Amino acid sequence: MALNSKRKAAAFVGIAAMSLVTAACGSGSDSGDGSDGTAADTKDYSKWCDLKSELTGKSVSIYTSIVTPEDASHKASYKAFEDCTGVTIKYEGDKDFEKNLPQRAQSGNLPDVAFIPQPGLLQTMVDTGKAIPATETVGKEVDQYFGESWRKYGSVDGTLYAAPLGANVKSYVWYSPKAFADKGYKVPTTWDELMTLTAKIAADDPAAKPWCAGFGSGTATGWPGTDWVEDVLLRTAGADTYDQWVAHKIPFNDAKVADALSKVGAILKDAKYTNGGFGAPSTIASTTFQDGGQPILKGKCYMHRQASFYASNWPEGTKVAEDGDVWAFYLPSVDTSTKPVLGGGEFVTTFRDAPEVKAFAAFLASPDWANAKAKATTGGGWVSANKGLDPNNLVSPIDQQSAKILADPAAVFRFDGSDMMPSAVGAGTFWSEMTNWIKGQDDKTTLDNIEKSWPTN
Amino acid sequence: MSTATPPPPVSGAVADAASDVHLDTPAGRRRRKSSAGNAARAVTSPWASAIAIVLALAWTTPTVGLLVTSFRNQKDIQETGWWHALSTGFTLDNYSQVLGGAEGQPPLTDFIVNSFVIAIPAVFLPLLLASLAAYAFAWIEFPFRNALFVGVFALQIVPLQIALLPLVTMYQQIGINGTYWALWLSHSAFALPLAVFLLHNFMKEIPASLLEAARVDGAGHVRIFFQVLLPLITPALASFGIFQFLWVWNDLLVAITMLGGNAGEGSLAPLTMVLNNISGTLGNRWYLMSAAAFISIAFPVIVFLSLQRYFVRGLLAGGTKG
Repeated sequence: MALNSKRKAAAFVGIAAMSLVTAACGSGSDSGDGSDGTAADTKDYSKWCDLKSELTGKSVSIYTSIVTPEDASHKASYKAFEDCTGVTIKYEGDKDFEKNLPQRAQSGNLPDVAFIPQPGLLQTMVDTGKAIPATETVGKEVDQYFGESWRKYGSVDGTLYAAPLGANVKSYVWYSPKAFADKGYKVPTTWDELMTLTAKIAADDPAAKPWCAGFGSGTATGWPGTDWVEDVLLRTAGADTYDQWVAHKIPFNDAKVADALSKVGAILKDAKYTNGGFGAPSTIASTTFQDGGQPILKGKCYMHRQASFYASNWPEGTKVAEDGDVWAFYLPSVDTSTKPVLGGGEFVTTFRDAPEVKAFAAFLASPDWANAKAKATTGGGWVSANKGLDPNNLVSPIDQQSAKILADPAAVFRFDGSDMMPSAVGAGTFWSEMTNWIKGQDDKTTLDNIEKSWPTN
Repeated sequence: MSTATPPPPVSGAVADAASDVHLDTPAGRRRRKSSAGNAARAVTSPWASAIAIVLALAWTTPTVGLLVTSFRNQKDIQETGWWHALSTGFTLDNYSQVLGGAEGQPPLTDFIVNSFVIAIPAVFLPLLLASLAAYAFAWIEFPFRNALFVGVFALQIVPLQIALLPLVTMYQQIGINGTYWALWLSHSAFALPLAVFLLHNFMKEIPASLLEAARVDGAGHVRIFFQVLLPLITPALASFGIFQFLWVWNDLLVAITMLGGNAGEGSLAPLTMVLNNISGTLGNRWYLMSAAAFISIAFPVIVFLSLQRYFVRGLLAGGTKG
């Protein structure tokens, strides 16, 4: 009894505390909205070249997570803007961008523009009150060239803050076209075909395995596993359920998620199917994601699910093309009627209220920039969801295929869920529990543990 | 100037005093010898040697592996372990890519210069300030001396991470954030408590008679400091200098906080920042890291080896006090 009443009292205190917290949060975001309520800048920035007299001699600093060698093509792509406006762009790349940006907001050392690769981080930066809503010009570009889902990912509480920049497609399965042709395998177009093919390969070639994977990635070990679950959930449960799951409107351990995880397990945890070139399925945990797909080249493994950017991990001299050494097919959906695409991208967030910054943001949201960037990326490995991007300007075949997938009207794009979840989960337990899972932990414990770790407020 | 040519009386006094100090009684010498003998016997037991060798091997093997890896090409590293290196061959490609600047990457040599520009003032500034402060704490009587000294000592327990953001805000206000001044000042500030403490202990050990003799010969604080004390505390200065150099050379946190990310060509970034970024945005150039790491390691090793005799002496002198 006493215990009971004590518990009740504790619960009451807990509720009171929570309501205080929510009240605090509420007022916080209200005041944020208030300052944003001043409405987006309606000035037309789309003709940045005409603004030369106003802009010349100014400079814009940008801060990104994109470092060498990928930064060279970025710098080159700003040339046209710099030449015609007289603005100098100062580029700064930092691999610890995600950690350092909030810190720089705290110390008042923010750049003019930051390319934020996670909607969750965008939200955090908007919460600091330092991010500036996108101008009307940027809003129009986003509506015209990127579409609904991308606009949503660049918005916080319905206000557009950031236009998308680059993109990547994660729903890819890498394979060797030559090995497939030799054995007479066809690229599967439905999930059932994929599973049939998997079983067939396992039966045909005892010296190899149908799948190989690697979850290892230093402190981020486990993220390739989260991509697997997201990709499959998007297929089996649909985009709406996926959105609810990411927003925690349905629990993390919902039956639909359990179903998706078991489908992933049917591939990754089956010793007949993985881990080609490395050994038992548990070796997935210790194999780095860079190494994960390499056995394909040696014929030890047939398929490797990984994003478009894996193209740069093949050793020098590997031909990445439909008729080359390696190529990637779209990870099939349950049937051919739906085409969900899991991916990621960066968002151009501005922190200084100045015409040169706004003109630059407008430039980056335009097809002019997307095409300039495509031409500047001579080595391949970059794509944008901008519909104004001409795939022919892209150098590598895989980038062209990604651009086509992204621009496909039938495609339903969804952002990598772990990048949108609270970082305690999305960059924490989701990673670590997937690693435990591949080492042998069962489905239920894995999902329950992640659900338990979801922040309560 | 006066330090270059010391007038005879003072140096004579110093020499006398020094010989006084080093005059040991035969009994004392014997005792020390036998205790040294005990220590020597203790560490020469075959078991201890075996354990030491095993430890040394365990500690060195990964480093050797890294060194071998830095000379292998990407494909070999990915396919076989470093112990297969003899059969797969070696290449200097990684080093030439790192030093010569792989695609889009400014050559590493620029950043080596940056690292020295950061490290050298960041070593000498705290050494100078700390030795002056240590002298005052050790040999000048002033009110609250002990309380102040404890205060300085206590500052050691403040983790520098706590001070980073407020410091950046301050630098921001006075307009030196993102310049070398921010780094020099921060590194000096973080080094001072330990430096003052170490040098103070060292100076305290110097016999008062020596300073008295100098004072009798008419030397003031400045002359005593520069001509009597500084030469005597060289081992301590050198050993702390090595510590501080290693720390500053290997520092990433302070540099990245004060300077921001790697701005590429013409940036102020030290070597560690390049190491942090060299594998590329998606980590696909990981194979360059071992080569870059070894280039970065080389300089502290050179500094350490060239100053190591001071280092050992400095450590021992600090330890045998009282």
